[in-house]
Amino acid sequence: MAFLAVAAGLTFYALGQRTSYFYMPADLAAAIPAPGERFRLGGLVEKGSVDRQGLNVSFAVTDHDRTVRVRYSGTLPDLFREEQGVVTEGALAEDGVFVADLVLAKHDETYMPREVADALKEKGVWQEE
Amino acid sequence: MTVEIGHFALVLAFALALVQAILPLAGARLGDERLMATGAPTALVGLAITALAFAALVAAYVASDFSVANVWENSHSAKPLLYKVTGTWGNHEGSMLLWVLILSLFGGLVALFGTNLPATLRANVLAVQGWIGAAFLLFILATSNPFARLVPAPIEGRDLNPVLQDIGLAIHPPLLYLGYVGFSVSFSFAVAALIEGRIDAAWARWVRPWTLAAWIFLTGGIAMGSYWAYYELGWGGFWFWDPVENASFLPWLAGTALLHSALVMERRSALKIWTVLLAILAFSLSLLGTFLVRSGVLTSVHTFASDPTRGVFILMILMLFIGGALALFALRASELSAGGIFQPVSREGALVLNNLFLSTATATVLIGTLYPLVVEALTEDKISVGAPFFNLTFGSLMVPLLLVVPFGPLLAWKRGDLYAVSQRLFAAFGLALAVIVVSYALIDRMSVFAALGYGLAAWLIGGALTDLALKAGLPRASLGVAARRVVGLPGSAVGTVLAHAGLGVTLLGIVSVYSLEVERFVTMKPGDTLEIAGRTLRFEEVTPVRGPNYVEDQARFAVFAPDASPQGEIVSAKRVYTARRMPTTEAGIGTFGFSQLYVSLGDPTADGGIVVRAWWKPQVTLIWLGAVVMMVGGVFSLADRRLRVGAPAARRKKAALPA
Repeated sequence: MAFLAVAAGLTFYALGQRTSYFYMPADLAAAIPAPGERFRLGGLVEKGSVDRQGLNVSFAVTDHDRTVRVRYSGTLPDLFREEQGVVTEGALAEDGVFVADLVLAKHDETYMPREVADALKEKGVWQEE
Repeated sequence: MTVEIGHFALVLAFALALVQAILPLAGARLGDERLMATGAPTALVGLAITALAFAALVAAYVASDFSVANVWENSHSAKPLLYKVTGTWGNHEGSMLLWVLILSLFGGLVALFGTNLPATLRANVLAVQGWIGAAFLLFILATSNPFARLVPAPIEGRDLNPVLQDIGLAIHPPLLYLGYVGFSVSFSFAVAALIEGRIDAAWARWVRPWTLAAWIFLTGGIAMGSYWAYYELGWGGFWFWDPVENASFLPWLAGTALLHSALVMERRSALKIWTVLLAILAFSLSLLGTFLVRSGVLTSVHTFASDPTRGVFILMILMLFIGGALALFALRASELSAGGIFQPVSREGALVLNNLFLSTATATVLIGTLYPLVVEALTEDKISVGAPFFNLTFGSLMVPLLLVVPFGPLLAWKRGDLYAVSQRLFAAFGLALAVIVVSYALIDRMSVFAALGYGLAAWLIGGALTDLALKAGLPRASLGVAARRVVGLPGSAVGTVLAHAGLGVTLLGIVSVYSLEVERFVTMKPGDTLEIAGRTLRFEEVTPVRGPNYVEDQARFAVFAPDASPQGEIVSAKRVYTARRMPTTEAGIGTFGFSQLYVSLGDPTADGGIVVRAWWKPQVTLIWLGAVVMMVGGVFSLADRRLRVGAPAARRKKAALPA
């Protein structure tokens, strides 16, 4: 019994500590997470915003309402493209730029990250293919 | 024409499944032997008919019959033949058909090999299999018909998702389904026992080989899937705690627990109710996995199909079978005798501890997988539960479990002597300690945690070898006698040794990769060199290559050992599949001993170079080789004559009766 209690306690502690929230750029207007707090940021890659400087990439994630600048160092997924859905994970830096250490793009051309699709549908900017 | 035959066969298979679901069950209820006897032939004919339907779909794929919507969506005339065949199950409809084919395969196997089962048990087991088959065939016919036609027929197909155009698709889903669906037999046995309200040690002996077979396939399926994701997705990770991976891991954890608890039931006639519950849970988790994958309710890199009506349908099947089985369990469990009680320090005590850890681990993985769904349903917040959560909770449950694994097989049944066992494990303990000290002292960059991880792996392998040595009578017998005894050991004893040692091998690989992996991330031009983990990688050139249904830019790298001798070449590529205009990264992998050099290409840079990401993955192949060792252990255990001897004993009893 004590064993199960410890396991349950640990599980819920971990759920509290080790999960990350998902936000769209507009959500950040309402409540800005503290710099360093990990979360997932999703939206569309803004057209013309992708800037590759050798190994470092910078691009903007938008929901046609607000836009957040993202910095990333690493290889982008194969299906990362402008005006396509993307989910990034990381934290805000002091200068307000989102520093991502993980970038997920959709997995084939009909697949949009689900959170992004839902949020875009709510905003009425979703386009059925 | 073949397509219509396939569709018709599918409808016929559904009708047969209904017959198989009702007649034997009624027969068992009424004590009518003729009705009970309908089960086996129906199951065999059902298997043949389902195989016919499946063959018709394969034929449509091989012939590139684009008048079939499913073929048009997932195939292309220029696709290599292997991928035309494997593409049959590389999509929702086809993979559900494969699921049902494997289900009816297991039904047929029970009909063939279950001749020594009591007639009522066999009839009930086949009936439950019939219910599952009927439900899923109805699902296919109602929501996911693979044989739907297109008028007019398109000239060319849309091609299979490039990520799936790989030998992995030929092996991974069939293995995984053989495991997933294999647990349906354990489930049917459990439900049949509940229907009859009777259960004994012989029941466990009949269930164990089926559970073991499913477990072997599932182990292989998960390992294969992990290796496939590792080389295909181009980020060099072997496990992502992705919901779909968890969906296959959950039944594995429950199935592993079931294997161990069935052992207690078979040998000591204890843990009966718990074993029945685990048998129900293992397959319920397989069904849950099917639901999670096929409905697309969770965001996942594996989601290829998402359709709400399908999700709702599978959810209804899920509730019917899991809810029905658990309700039956609640009604009948109190009638089953619980079986003996026992000393905590004993083989059975150790197996209970194993079950406690494994089932708790199953629960934490399940919670982590479903938590985002629950939170979103309740608060509309979207969250993700990733690797940090699972590593923390699952890891802290596994470490104590792995620590006690070597004790289990050495403890005697009924009453074990912990002190004597500890003495016997002295050598394994010494080995683990030596590994910790030596690895920490000799390898720089080695953290305390990694050294302890190596020690734990050595402890597992050393413990398994101690078990083997003791069973061969080693401290007293001469080496020659011991070697002969090892050959003569019962399969299940060897199986235990191999499975536990395999666990240690896998752990060794995981610890190595986590602690000693080296990553380089650079831009390179032809002629540039990159040093990684002592080896040198020289970027030779990029050449465009045209494949059957894709074009690619191949980058070739020459590899040089620390002493500058050449060690062959690694070819890495950026590929674009022409039909879908979809780019993929084909990682280049060079294997050196158990370690691998993994090279993945990024985007070209403005000054004519290319972004290169390279990893040195020390001992990475041990992760999957360990799983292979576990599977071999399972096969040894399955080949154990004692598992099959139980039934003839029952037959002898029956034969003695008329006299």
